[in-house]
Amino acid sequence: MLKIRSGYLKEQMANLSFALPAIVIFAIFYIYPFFKVFQLSLCNWDGISPFVFSQHFVGLRNFKDVMADRIWWESMWHAVYITLIALTFQNALALALALACDQEIRARNFFRVIFFIPPILSEVVVGLIWNWIYDGNYGLLNHWLKILGLHHWAHNWLSDPTTALTCIAVVHSWKGFGWGFIILLAGLQTIPRQLYEAAKVDGANSWQIFLKVTVPLMIPVFILVSILTILGSMQVFILIISIMGQGLAYHTEVPVTRILASMLGSSQFGYACAQGVVFGIVLIILSFGQKRLSRYFRQE
Amino acid sequence: MKRDGLKYRIKRRVKAFIIYLFLSIVTVVCLFPLAWMLSSSLKSQSTIFSDMSIIPRNPIWSNYAEAFIKGKFWIYMTNSIFYTTLVVFGIVIVSSWAAYAFSRLKFPGSGLFFNMFLAAMMIPLPGSFVPLYVLVNNVKKIIISGLHYISPFLLRFFSEDTVLQIFSFIEQQFYPRSVYIFCMINVGLSLSIYILKTFFDKMPKELEEAARIDGCSKMGIWRHVAMPLARPAIAVIVIFNTLNVWNEYILAQLILTQNNAMPLQRGLMVFQGVYVTQYPLLMAGITMTVVPILIVYLAMQKHIIKGMTAGALVG
Repeated sequence: MLKIRSGYLKEQMANLSFALPAIVIFAIFYIYPFFKVFQLSLCNWDGISPFVFSQHFVGLRNFKDVMADRIWWESMWHAVYITLIALTFQNALALALALACDQEIRARNFFRVIFFIPPILSEVVVGLIWNWIYDGNYGLLNHWLKILGLHHWAHNWLSDPTTALTCIAVVHSWKGFGWGFIILLAGLQTIPRQLYEAAKVDGANSWQIFLKVTVPLMIPVFILVSILTILGSMQVFILIISIMGQGLAYHTEVPVTRILASMLGSSQFGYACAQGVVFGIVLIILSFGQKRLSRYFRQE
Repeated sequence: MKRDGLKYRIKRRVKAFIIYLFLSIVTVVCLFPLAWMLSSSLKSQSTIFSDMSIIPRNPIWSNYAEAFIKGKFWIYMTNSIFYTTLVVFGIVIVSSWAAYAFSRLKFPGSGLFFNMFLAAMMIPLPGSFVPLYVLVNNVKKIIISGLHYISPFLLRFFSEDTVLQIFSFIEQQFYPRSVYIFCMINVGLSLSIYILKTFFDKMPKELEEAARIDGCSKMGIWRHVAMPLARPAIAVIVIFNTLNVWNEYILAQLILTQNNAMPLQRGLMVFQGVYVTQYPLLMAGITMTVVPILIVYLAMQKHIIKGMTAGALVG
């Protein structure tokens, strides 16, 4: 009896050993940081002195400071601004392209391949190329504006606080629209053609077909795309670091660059973690709200 | 009746024309920055600020050689290839073991662990690089003090110079590189396990049972039956993770502090910091970074789009 049980246990352990490397790596590099963030967020620690929880514990003071941190909430607004532009313009463009490609056209796959090129480029590469295009003195954008006779428009796009954020949002949308396009097109192609034909027979015009057939069927896909856009755009930061080059300034700060600054710039590791927790909660609320919205629409 | 048909045909033509025009404009918008990058990389430092043509009059190919050698892009390129190869290899092995176990084998906590991997894909955790950075530095301190502890022993066999060289190699090269590789394996792990597990779940069990009856061990079944059958899913994982690792930046910035251990993305930022206005060389460097990934993409675009959308649909 004992022998059988020990054999059973041995087999279970042998099975577990298959998953063990993945679990160990995951525990060290994901689960440990996950809980450590919460612990550190309750401490005031400079990252250099040996860490003793009871010595550095300050309670919720970091969170209080985050709530009162004006620059932090400004950076949050910047991220929201980029997200709003991505949600509207980028997704409208993605939808228009997906609808155009959903028609019976030749070379659909060609366009699909082309539009997905920006998403596979790294943020560093995209940022550096556009940094050169936006360059205040010799950039291509200013050169074209001068050719068009719009001399007074040409200026240093990225160091001007009124235009920098919009310029970044444009680049972000340029990089991201291919994503939404691919997902929306995949969604559109699952809609049975018979539905369109039936609507046409009933005398509906294309606009009516779009509103009454396409949109209701696509709502889950719309929600999915908007969740992805929100999560992606709120957390954009490498693009900003690289597009701003050495001139990263307050007017283009986003939450993640603030977290990096608290950590590397002013060595406030506890504060950085508190910011991370607050930002994580904001993101979870946003995506949770979107999911609730999708459930509401599905019941309709 | 005939006029109606003509009207209809014209209407359709106009509609098709508008659609193609729209798609073509977006195509140009999509590709133009890349064309501008390529064209800038072939101009000289003296003409780059005045010559705004897309096709440079006399292309200077030596920019590439200069960026490659003087700009140290050969180091960054080697490092990127090194990291990408090892990380992708690691992910394929580790995630296929785990996915096979989650799909086929029984062990305590399998459901819990699998759900943890799933949850990791859905919960955004923006500040997690802070404790990761702390952990990496703390372990580094422990390793250094451990090395000092055993140094008297090593000094008996090697000269002082050799020992110091070994120490600095471990501290500045071996340790950060291996930590970076494991970090990146972790980044790609969840999605890879998910893709492979769903693939294994759909796979018929008969072949594996036949192999077991023939006396094949579990590892043997994984190696000789499951892996060859899962080839399509593994292709998706390989390509998807190759893109991810090649394009990764922030962990490289936090973990790899030595210039000669940096991958391309990090190297580009360092280069930009040093040679601020040397746009031709910078653009040559960017082109060298982009071209391999573009080739992989164009050759494998079906797998890539599949992998990317699979990742999106989980979250």
